Amino acid sequence: MAGNGSAPLHSPLGLLAELTHRCPLGCPYCSNPLTLDPRDSELDTQIWARVFVEAAALGVLQVHLSGGEPGARRDLIDLMAAAHNAGLYTNLITSAVGITSETLRKLADAGLDHVQISIQDSERGRADHIAGYDGAFARKQALAADVVSLKIPLTVNVVVHRANIDRIAEMVSLALGLGASRVEIAHVQYYGWALRNRPMLMPTAKQVVRAAESVEHLRQQHHGEIVIDAVVPDYFARLPKPCVGGWGRRSLNVTPSGKVLPCHAAESIPGLEFWSVHEHSLAEIWENSPAFNAFRGTDWMTEPCRSCERRDIDFGGCRCQAFALTGDARATDPVCHLAPSHEAVAALATVQEDAPYAYRRM
Amino acid sequence: MAEASLPIPADARPRLPRGVRLVHNEAQGGWVLLAPERVFKADAIAAEIVKRCTGDATLETIVDDLAKTFNAPRERILADVTVMLRGLADKKLLEL
Repeated sequence: MAGNGSAPLHSPLGLLAELTHRCPLGCPYCSNPLTLDPRDSELDTQIWARVFVEAAALGVLQVHLSGGEPGARRDLIDLMAAAHNAGLYTNLITSAVGITSETLRKLADAGLDHVQISIQDSERGRADHIAGYDGAFARKQALAADVVSLKIPLTVNVVVHRANIDRIAEMVSLALGLGASRVEIAHVQYYGWALRNRPMLMPTAKQVVRAAESVEHLRQQHHGEIVIDAVVPDYFARLPKPCVGGWGRRSLNVTPSGKVLPCHAAESIPGLEFWSVHEHSLAEIWENSPAFNAFRGTDWMTEPCRSCERRDIDFGGCRCQAFALTGDARATDPVCHLAPSHEAVAALATVQEDAPYAYRRM
Repeated sequence: MAEASLPIPADARPRLPRGVRLVHNEAQGGWVLLAPERVFKADAIAAEIVKRCTGDATLETIVDDLAKTFNAPRERILADVTVMLRGLADKKLLEL
């Protein structure tokens, strides 16, 4: 088996299926690449169905149907049925815009297991401003109600940044009111469009401290009522995140046009050779594609990662972030306090600008 | 949390909510509990407990059954099952 000789090859657990890059919203924190796959390059229904079968055979248990906005696909119900029939646990990650009550009912009949709806803020005007879409907030509330009435479990995803971070309690209340069983407090991760908008999104250090206190308090307050998942925002952390559970270790991502990536931002690293589902099976790609093997195991690591006792815990952090911030994808993720360039990250965390957002557009 | 050991009524009928299911998967090395955007490995004992949470069986029946199947003291089984089921319920992985 491949895997750099230093670790056995695991079976992936999760598949992120980016069905399309089309999306009615324009969120400036989107982590999709700046160059989005056009509609005419999207995989068709049959190829996705094959990918789902191959994923299940490879050991994948959960598929996250995402995008862009998956509701932009006219064949979404067929895709859901294909994923379900392949034996996968299906998760729909949606902005809610473009999924009608009727579509949702058909998706539920086709085997939908769980829905994640993003909200942009606790208040309509602010939320629609961030989404760049008038009426998005109302649409999200309506779809959430439909999801709950069908007894499908609902996660509310809140992407947190300078403009909404002071209202985490209000957003958790909103999630509770919508009937969510889980809420994700997801600080912006600076890839793609978010990287472009970094100074406009970056919270202040004070805000981040208050947010962490707020989350801790909310967890105690709502223990047993709603699961609150939250992570420390990258640029304010001392230790890097174990990005995607380790490169080529737990998950894979298929782009709208069929490229298979170890993580959704991997195309931002130059020089990696990605294979496509047009030419290879998912198993071949998982085992042999150069991009997947590039950062598997620990042989690729440089110091201080190479001899670090946490190297099998956080895997050196995020390769895309290492490249974006240092120009070297093999470097220690500079979020780590042991990284030579950690000071530069701390400096970036102090750069806030109130310029207009660059909204995500095709 | 202190609630983890709160007793569960003997006539409760624990069940997995929609969106949570126990599956056996060779590639992942055994039993796993699939939940919204999360996957939990279940050891053999956890799997035996969760398998019985069908919504039909009462806690009393489940504990009797486990005590008989594993030839173990009922009190001990009841205590272990209570801790586990409370933990799952707190994570929204079980309805009591």
